[in-house]
Amino acid sequence: MIAASDALLGGFTEAPLQSARAFREILEALARPGTIRRVAGAQPPAPLSTAAGVALLVLTDPTTRLHLAGRADCAGVRDWVAFHIGAPLAAAEDADFAVGTWDALHPVSRFRIGQPDYPDRSATLIVECDRLSPHGPALTGPGIETATWLNLPETAAFRANRALFPLGFDTLFTAGDQIAGLPRSTRVEAI
Amino acid sequence: MLDAGSQAEAYNFAYLDEQTKRMIRRAILKGIAVPGYQVPFASREMPMPYGWGTGGVQVTAACLVPEDRLKVIDQGADDTTNAVSIRRFFQRTAGVAVTEATSEATVIQTRHRIPEVPLTAGQILVYQVPIPEPLRFLEPRETETRKMHELEEYGLMHVKLYEDIARHGQIATSYAYPVKVEGRYVMDPSPIPKFDNPKLAGNPAIQLFGAGREQRIYALPPWTKAVSLDFDDHPFETSKAPHDCDLCGAKDSYLDEVITDDAGGRMYVCSDTDFCAGRRARGMKGRLWAPEPEGVA
Repeated sequence: MIAASDALLGGFTEAPLQSARAFREILEALARPGTIRRVAGAQPPAPLSTAAGVALLVLTDPTTRLHLAGRADCAGVRDWVAFHIGAPLAAAEDADFAVGTWDALHPVSRFRIGQPDYPDRSATLIVECDRLSPHGPALTGPGIETATWLNLPETAAFRANRALFPLGFDTLFTAGDQIAGLPRSTRVEAI
Repeated sequence: MLDAGSQAEAYNFAYLDEQTKRMIRRAILKGIAVPGYQVPFASREMPMPYGWGTGGVQVTAACLVPEDRLKVIDQGADDTTNAVSIRRFFQRTAGVAVTEATSEATVIQTRHRIPEVPLTAGQILVYQVPIPEPLRFLEPRETETRKMHELEEYGLMHVKLYEDIARHGQIATSYAYPVKVEGRYVMDPSPIPKFDNPKLAGNPAIQLFGAGREQRIYALPPWTKAVSLDFDDHPFETSKAPHDCDLCGAKDSYLDEVITDDAGGRMYVCSDTDFCAGRRARGMKGRLWAPEPEGVA
């Protein structure tokens, strides 16, 4: 049981500077799929990782609907989000952002993929992983010179997502203080 | 009066409030995810008029970190009013270091040029965009152009280029030359000369485009394909004034024409002032280069 006062801790202490530095890492991660970057500044309650907490603080606010999936949907996280972010919690189908493990987010086909005239109106998934490593399925596409590799939780869902391009969801992978990105534009091939 | 280099405490870091920066950052990430697609964003009023780079300034503000070294160019020059004003704006509101050297900069905001010196990974190039919609002069209705992008209906753009050929014998579009990004979206690269178009594709830097008045952000991630539209029998060609730089002698840089008297005298100089000054510092001289005379204040 988490005491109510704990929800008041673990946010940015210098929001303008910490969110600026964290955003640059997230931008580099998403613009160069397969690269693993480090972020700092947040101590969110369990089970959220530092990187997932930072991503939420940088990108979500009262104008974005947030879906907490699986174990991430607990009183501690709800209180922390309510105090530091103020994002309205939503069902998976309505969410702009979703956070949880890959298993908890499944089936990912329920998330918003945007509209043909507004492909930007799609969900961004923050997928909590045990670890991130540059070994796994091969990634090619925008942001990648030849190929990169990343230990994705699976390939079929991301291949199906790529087939929807320019529609589709975008993904950030987090583990500890590490973060990696996989935009919908990336082609994924199991090797 | 503030000292240059120290951040004005009355402002939030990089001027914009945090809520605004989050909104812009979300738009930038969606732009990165769908290269060439124009993401709508809630452009703010900035302390400068529309048309002076408010879109680029907002994108730069959302990307800057205190450790950045910022370069701002206007038509390639570091020392014109627009460039100087924007550079000083971020010195005051973000306290970042500034430079005129392309290779030393981490963020470069540009109006209508891509620097001559190749960009590298880790750099961000931010374009100021006046009209982000490449189809706007062919179809004024936003509802229609949005539909055309949705359906990948770009025939009208090819008709325009074809009419150029029918009328002038060649594609006469010389700036803001449209490109197709990753085989999907046709994109306006902002009014850069078509001389710069080949540098859009396969660039190791992140390229972000901000249009303040039109409220659009779009992006080219590194190593993205961007093909200038053309025809098999009229392939895309770059163009520049058929001269060498009169100051540094460069044969392969984009040139400005400068009228020097009222009797038809003119000179051609590199539009990229940092590139030109760097070459002269290394001892390269053009036709009209003369060093400052000794003893003159």
